Amino acid sequence: MNGRSLNILGLVLVSVTGLAFMLLTPQLAELDTVLDLTVYMIMAVLALSLALIWGFGGILCFGQSAFFGLGAYTYAIAMFNIGESTLPFLLAIILPAAFAALLGYFMFYGRISDVYLGVITLTVTLILFNSVNSTAGPEFHIGTARLGGFNGIPGIPPLNWPFNKTAAIDLEGMFYLATGSLLATYFGLRLLLASQFGRIIVGIRENERRAELLGYDPRAYKLATFTIGGALAGFAGCLFANWGNFVSPTIFGLAQSAQIIIWVIVGGRGTLIGPVIGCIGIQWLSAALGANQPSGGSDLWSKIFANAPLILGVILIAFVLLVPKGLVPTLGDIGLSLVRRRRAREQRGFEPQQAE
Amino acid sequence: MAAALLDTRDLSMHFGGVKAVRNVNFTLAEGELRCLIGPNGAGKSTFFKMLTGQLEPTRGQVLFRGQDISRAHAHQIARLGIGIKTQVPSVFDGLSVRDNIWLAASRLNSKERARRLVDEMLERIGLVDAAERLVGQLAHGQRQWVELGLVLSTDPELILLDEPAAGMTHEEVLKTAALVREINRSKALIVVEHDMQFIRMIAKQVTVFNQGSVLVEDTVDNIMRNPQVRDIYLGKQAAA
Repeated sequence: MNGRSLNILGLVLVSVTGLAFMLLTPQLAELDTVLDLTVYMIMAVLALSLALIWGFGGILCFGQSAFFGLGAYTYAIAMFNIGESTLPFLLAIILPAAFAALLGYFMFYGRISDVYLGVITLTVTLILFNSVNSTAGPEFHIGTARLGGFNGIPGIPPLNWPFNKTAAIDLEGMFYLATGSLLATYFGLRLLLASQFGRIIVGIRENERRAELLGYDPRAYKLATFTIGGALAGFAGCLFANWGNFVSPTIFGLAQSAQIIIWVIVGGRGTLIGPVIGCIGIQWLSAALGANQPSGGSDLWSKIFANAPLILGVILIAFVLLVPKGLVPTLGDIGLSLVRRRRAREQRGFEPQQAE
Repeated sequence: MAAALLDTRDLSMHFGGVKAVRNVNFTLAEGELRCLIGPNGAGKSTFFKMLTGQLEPTRGQVLFRGQDISRAHAHQIARLGIGIKTQVPSVFDGLSVRDNIWLAASRLNSKERARRLVDEMLERIGLVDAAERLVGQLAHGQRQWVELGLVLSTDPELILLDEPAAGMTHEEVLKTAALVREINRSKALIVVEHDMQFIRMIAKQVTVFNQGSVLVEDTVDNIMRNPQVRDIYLGKQAAA
């Protein structure tokens, strides 16, 4: 088995599992489980947006939550003003993408180095958090939509079929939409990465100077990647606003920003399925730990296990130190070396060990 | 005399108080092969970086076919047709040999054609068997070949080679010299090298850099007899 057939196997596996999951879950699971799973799917789309720009584009962005929040707020505000979801839905993608393009233009064409890029994107996110957080008064409104400040915006109307206001989406529909979106995003990104554009952005990640000396303009390619990532995060934000019918400024917060990065680190950079698995796994774990709140038990251990941020922190450090490539690439390496070892044994161990 | 392919006028690069390259006037004819020699720190690599847009000259001009490229970006210069093989191989370490070459070939060619060109180039640089291996896992000499393959695949008019024979075995040096001569049948080249044996195998004209300026420009034989050139090289050897 070589890399290519592994690749196809992975693709088939994801398709079958994804479709089965999407079609069977609402039949088999309770409604509240379906609701929980919906938000996992939405967050996985967000994880994929960072998987693209960091894992493949090499751009470490702390600001995916900025585009995510912008998408959610754009949808909410546009929805209160328009009342029919087709345009708000599109705006929730276009506006974050445009914002990413503008921010990216100054960062990439200004030749900002990687570290400062991280600082700038994080700062932008926190500025958005603080700005939106302080708009609680009635004087802060856009059209008929009140921004609500730290209270957030409740009661956001749900998506409807394009141009048909009366056909609003229900909870089960939302699950189908979120899961379908995740699958579409995954396969869309696979196609993108297999294209010439995708291969060039990986080349730029590997060696920007060499790509330049071959005649590619890294600034333009990074800007395009960053903008696509912004659009995807905005799209996820729009779904998120629909899921809870509510947005609040914590969507821009530090915790949210950090979490997206943890998903990608745990799952593995340079893969798409890794961050999806990382995202779902970590969220499931957080929920499980949160549900484990000690009601009466006040001994040390139950306190520690109920402290989700602490556990997540430990997981992050463990991964960075012990599994720096992330789950999926590491498992892939182990699998390949097992295959290689067996092949070597089949050749009766005649060949000398190859130095790596 | 053929029209100049490359022409620099008073080209200078200063890093703070250090004048790495000083008022270099250098002319290369279409199709010419020129060797650049000089001790370490003579400004050869800085000169190459200015020609390829990796450094913006402090003063002076670089004219490529009469067009001023001294302030152009590296990718624009590459598109005009100048390719460079750097001293330390600059390749895509995390990608396979095939993907490396493909990235270079695909800018100018359709998918189908790029794929064919990649196969031809793998043959030419002798890495068919290593095509699917990651470049980062290859030996130094092989990485040099990969980089040469990258440069050739973009089909440039002028190729700059910074120490192409460094760290190669005698056999590889012979192979490289043969390849350089073959390339020179259709392209102009500037080759930075220390190995005089290698230079003898490929060059007619040699330019000697010393302390950022052109010391002398002459045929290989005259350069090797030149006492000044001997001095700067022996001086370097004595210091080392």
